[in-house]
This record gives sequence, C-alpha cells and structure tokens, in this order.
Amino acid sequence: MTTTKSKVVYNPVFTDGAEFRIPTFKLLKQDGSLYKGAKAPELDKDKALRIYRAMVTTRILDERMLAAQRQGRLSFYMQCTGEEAAVIGSTAALDDADMIMAQYREQGALTYRGFSIDEFMNQLFGNELDYGKGRQMPVHYGSRKLNYMTISSPLATQIPQATGYAYGQKLAGEGHCTITYFGEGAASEGDFHAALNMAAVHRVPVIFLCRNNGYAISTPATEQFAADGVAPRAYGYKMDVIRVDGNDILAVHEATKEARKLAVEHNRPVLIETMTYRLAAHSSSDDPSGYRSKDEEAVWREKDPILRMRLWLERKKWWGEDDEKQLQENMRREVLETMKRAQKRPPPALDTLVSDVYDEVPPGLAEQFDKLKAHIRRHPDEYPKTAEQAKGGA
Amino acid sequence: MPQMNMLQAINNALDTAMAANERVLCFGEDVGIFGGVFRATSNLQQKYGKARCFNTPLVEQGIVGFANGLAAQGSVPVAEIQFADYIFPAFDQIVNESAKFRYRSGSLFDVGGLTIRAPYGGGIAGGLYHSQSPEAYFAHTPGLKIVVPRNPHQAKGLLLGAIHDPNPTLFFEPKRLYRASVGEVPDEDYRLPLGEAEVIKEGTDITVLGWGAQMEVIEHAVERAEKEGISCEVIDLRTILPWDVETVAKSVLKTGRLVVTHEAPLTGGFAGEIAATIQERCFLYLESPIARVTGMDTPFPLVLEKEHLPNHLKVYEAIRSSVDF
Repeated sequence: MTTTKSKVVYNPVFTDGAEFRIPTFKLLKQDGSLYKGAKAPELDKDKALRIYRAMVTTRILDERMLAAQRQGRLSFYMQCTGEEAAVIGSTAALDDADMIMAQYREQGALTYRGFSIDEFMNQLFGNELDYGKGRQMPVHYGSRKLNYMTISSPLATQIPQATGYAYGQKLAGEGHCTITYFGEGAASEGDFHAALNMAAVHRVPVIFLCRNNGYAISTPATEQFAADGVAPRAYGYKMDVIRVDGNDILAVHEATKEARKLAVEHNRPVLIETMTYRLAAHSSSDDPSGYRSKDEEAVWREKDPILRMRLWLERKKWWGEDDEKQLQENMRREVLETMKRAQKRPPPALDTLVSDVYDEVPPGLAEQFDKLKAHIRRHPDEYPKTAEQAKGGA
Repeated sequence: MPQMNMLQAINNALDTAMAANERVLCFGEDVGIFGGVFRATSNLQQKYGKARCFNTPLVEQGIVGFANGLAAQGSVPVAEIQFADYIFPAFDQIVNESAKFRYRSGSLFDVGGLTIRAPYGGGIAGGLYHSQSPEAYFAHTPGLKIVVPRNPHQAKGLLLGAIHDPNPTLFFEPKRLYRASVGEVPDEDYRLPLGEAEVIKEGTDITVLGWGAQMEVIEHAVERAEKEGISCEVIDLRTILPWDVETVAKSVLKTGRLVVTHEAPLTGGFAGEIAATIQERCFLYLESPIARVTGMDTPFPLVLEKEHLPNHLKVYEAIRSSVDF
C-alpha cells in the first residue's frame, strides 16, 4: 500500500524543496521595540519578570561558575550564554507540570522553574546533597519535582525518549506534554530521525526544540547539513514546524505557546528551530578561537537576548536601572555564598558507589563492595574521603 | 492445565500482564494487527486496542528510546525487537540509557518498568543475521537484567517476572523452541524469580550448565552420558545478569566438574565469566578444567550451521573428557 497521493508526471521531474523555504518568526527588535505589524505578545508583567530574572540568574551563574572552573574549584562547566531566550522563553510557555528532556545546555529552564542556586551548586560540586549522588560530571542536573529529566551525556538519546514519555502522557490524558531540547549537531544523530518520525506517526504531544546555535563544538552548521537548517526536515515527517529568532524572547515564547496548543489539544508534535548563537565556548574544555573569529562573535554579542528583553521591559516601564542593579548584586552574592557552602559539604557516602545500579544491590556486587571496604581499611590514608565509612562491614 | 507452545505461553504472559495493568504496552515492528512475525503478540491489539499494542516504524533505536521514555513516565513498556540480531542499532539506548537511568539520576528517575523481548539463537537456517545470541554484549552492562527461558512454563513465568521486575530487563527468547517446545502452562498470573538458577536434575559426577535452547541440547547429551554411568547435575542459569553464583558454585563444590555451554562464540562468551568465577570459588575442589562448549569464533554460518553449533554430541564429548581427565 502506497501512502503517496501525488500527481503523476510523464517526464522525470526532480525537485530540491527550494519552494519550501521556511521563514523566521520575529517580534522584538534589538532596541526593545516590536517590529511593525508584529503580533502583540500575551505576556503579563509577572511572567515577563519571572522570565527576565531567570535569564539574568542563568547568565550570572554561568559567568561565576566558569570563573570557578578556571580557578580550579570545579572540574568542568558548560554555559547557556547567548541561548537564554531560546531555552527560557520556550520553557516559560509550558505548564510547569510538562516534562523537560534537555541536552545539557539548558540550565535556564531549571532556573525558570525554580531550581535553587543551592541545588545547582550541590550538583556542580557533587556533594552529599546532589540528587545525582555525585555520579555525573557537572551540569548533569535533574529534578523530579520540577519535571526536568536528569541529563545524559550521549547526544540525542533524550529525543526518542521524549516521544515515548509524551506518548505515556497522551494515554494518561491529563493534558501534559514533553519538550525536548537539542542542538543542530545532535539533530544529525539517528535518534533524532527516529523520534520525529515516531512522534508524527503516533500523534504524540511532544515539542522538539532545536537550538541551532551555529556550532557543534567546532563544527559549523554549514558542515553539519547541506539543507536550510534543521526545520525543513519536519516536512519529511509531516510535522508542524516553525523557525524562530532564538534571541527574541517574545517570539520564542509565542511560538512555543502555540506549539503547546497543537501538541496538547490536537496531538500534533511540533518542531521548533530557534536560530541563535553559542556565545560561549562549547564547554570549559573548549577554546573557540581555534575555529571562529572574534568579529563573528561580536556580531552576535550585539544580538544579546537578555539585553533585548531588558530594553523591552524598560519600554513597558516594568524594569529600571535600580531593579537591574539590585538583581545583579543579589545574584552575584548568592552564587558566591552558595558556592562556598556547597564546596564545603562532604562527598556522597561510600555506599552510593553501588546503590541504584539495580533497585537492590545484587549479591555479586555486594561481595565486590565488601572487598573494596576491606581494601580501604588496609589503606585508609589513600582513601581519605571514605576511610571512615569503610570501617563497618565484613 | 492447558498445553501451550512457547509462543502461546509468551502471548499468554503478555495477555495476562496487559489485562492486569492498563499501563502495560506492547509494541515493535509488525506486532500490531499482524501479531508479530512469530505471532507472539497475536490478538493483543484486537483485545486491548491500538493505543496499547501497536506497530512502530522500522527503527530499533527509536523503539527502545521510545520505550525508555515510556518507562521513565511510569508506563510498563514491553518492546519487541524482531530478531536479537537487529538489536544493535538500539545498543546505545540500552547500554547508555536503560542501564544507567536510575544510577545517573540518583534514583530520581528509572526505567524499571522496561522489558525488551527479542528472539535469539540458531538452528533455524537463519544464517548470519537471524541466529545470533548477543547476551554477552549486554552482560557487560551493570544495570540490566538478562533472562532466557527454556520452555513454555518458564517463558510465561519468567516473562511476567521480567515485566514486574523493577529493573530494565532483556528477555531473549529461543526462537528454535517457539513451536518445538510444548508443555503445560498454568492459566493464572505466576511469576518466576529473576536472578535464580534452577537445578533441573541432581547428580554427583559433573555439573552441566546452560540456558535457553541449550537446555534441550544438554538434556540429550546428559541422557547419553548417564547411560554410561555418569551422574550429571543439570542447571538452567535462567538469568544471565545478575547471575546466580551461589547455586552454580554449590553444585560444582559437590561434583568437582563443570561444563558450560552456549550458542554464542567462545571468545568473550558468558561461559568465560562463569568459568573464571567458579574456578575462584571452587579451585581446590575441581577435578578437571572447566569446559566450555560453544559456537565457534566465526560469524554465524548457514549451510554449515550444524558443524558450528554446540550440539548434544559436542556437549556429551565435553562431559566425557571432563570425567576422564
């Protein structure tokens, strides 16, 4: 059975899809004014300020923690810098009960949902209060209460999982959806294709949000795909798609709000391609000067999404110089104080090495653990973090 | 008690699980209206609807990725991979995701509800890509459970055990026995424990260990050895990961000899792990070297399948040599 309903031609006709060029949705100019004819955003003052505070908090957290990494206080860090609007604008358009399955650069979503600076720090320093029990590298956050799936390093694995999670939400019938974030590089993985195709076939309430930030570590988007971005792929899956200026908080919010309606009310998965720029390095281990110019970065610095939103807020008289100063000072102080606190906390207990592999520690692993403790007891000076805890047991 | 073949027992287990819990879902390639290429999911869509039993697009990594998400959400997915030979596109989702979901999140999230079913093994003229036994690849991955049933009764009880186990489980079905193995299977919901081997037959001279379709091979080999006066203890490992060291070690301490057999190739096969552990546990009690009777270190052949496979004659010879050592 063929599913093609196309008309028949009697000469070989090739097409290249050029007729499908996808426009970019924008609302907000860099000076904080709206484009002529732009739809007025439905964003009240409280929500707008919640978004803005989350953006600024994320920026400050990123600046401070990168500095902490450079000082050797932290092993690793990744910044959201430049992409705050793409991440926070979209998260803000959802219900807080909707699931977020992110890649790794979306700490802004957590900030927006209310993950505390303490919670960030506990994960970054892998201390005893880290929900992940110190098992993952920094920035692999997760929160059950904020519906934010714990980050996994392998790229794109979260995308088909989001399709499955959202399918479960559809069956549960409680009107929730899942958003999954990924970069334009991860969109080259097979998991991306699998996820979008399955979502379209099974009419799953999931939003696929691509942060097209120009680079996958050093590989520019131009060497990632020949097509006009990631968005056109949606046609191949018969999926709704929209391309948005990712540095335009109002456009991202509006697009995601409409996407959520399609997903939840009509079981139509949506692909959103946010056009943005990774202003920071890929991670603390990366140096962008080896693959892109300062001039290019400067062009994007001019398009800063946070400044753009601030100018809009100021035009609305919802925000002023004093508010900004106070927020900046408060956040900087809180980040520093919290960091000191988190750093001083002890590491996770020795038995977290073997717990959570299964629901219960199987006998073979329990035996390995006993052997380890006996070994530590023989060399307590070599294991200062855990020598005390190894004292018990066989 | 009704007689069923292994496929009917598996179908019955899925039916039982779906009837008991509406969050149990079955999906995979061709599992919908058609009931799967082997018919393990026959009538489930008709009975429980398209939302709970359905075809997926042909993409194994997608099937398992989707299943991981469903399980994380609290559903109880039973995903089918049409042949174990085709599980490898899903290797990343299984090894990096399913297996590590609970550990990496500090138990904030888990995919404990996940079961992945896949027919495995040779003897059906399936050649390279419809014959493999990939259990050892996955046995190297903490966080997974791996289960292989030997007959219809075990298949139903272990599959229900796997579906209800709070850990992601790979359930490899010996497809050679799908219709060949027939036996009594209770109608009710019963669950056999995971992580426990079963001593099928007690004996004193040698322990012969296997799982899945190899148990039938062992039965024939042992029959012949016993005629020659060798008393064999036969163990079905049932769960490859985490495996039941105690039961096997206890048996070998008694018999002093061990033959392990599996269809997968020798090098890196799970028999190597068993041999290493058992020689550690039973070194001073061993009367002969632990023997491995396995497939050869080749891709799975077609025309020379019989030569390749560890059949009852090869297992018998290993028993004989071990006793004569």
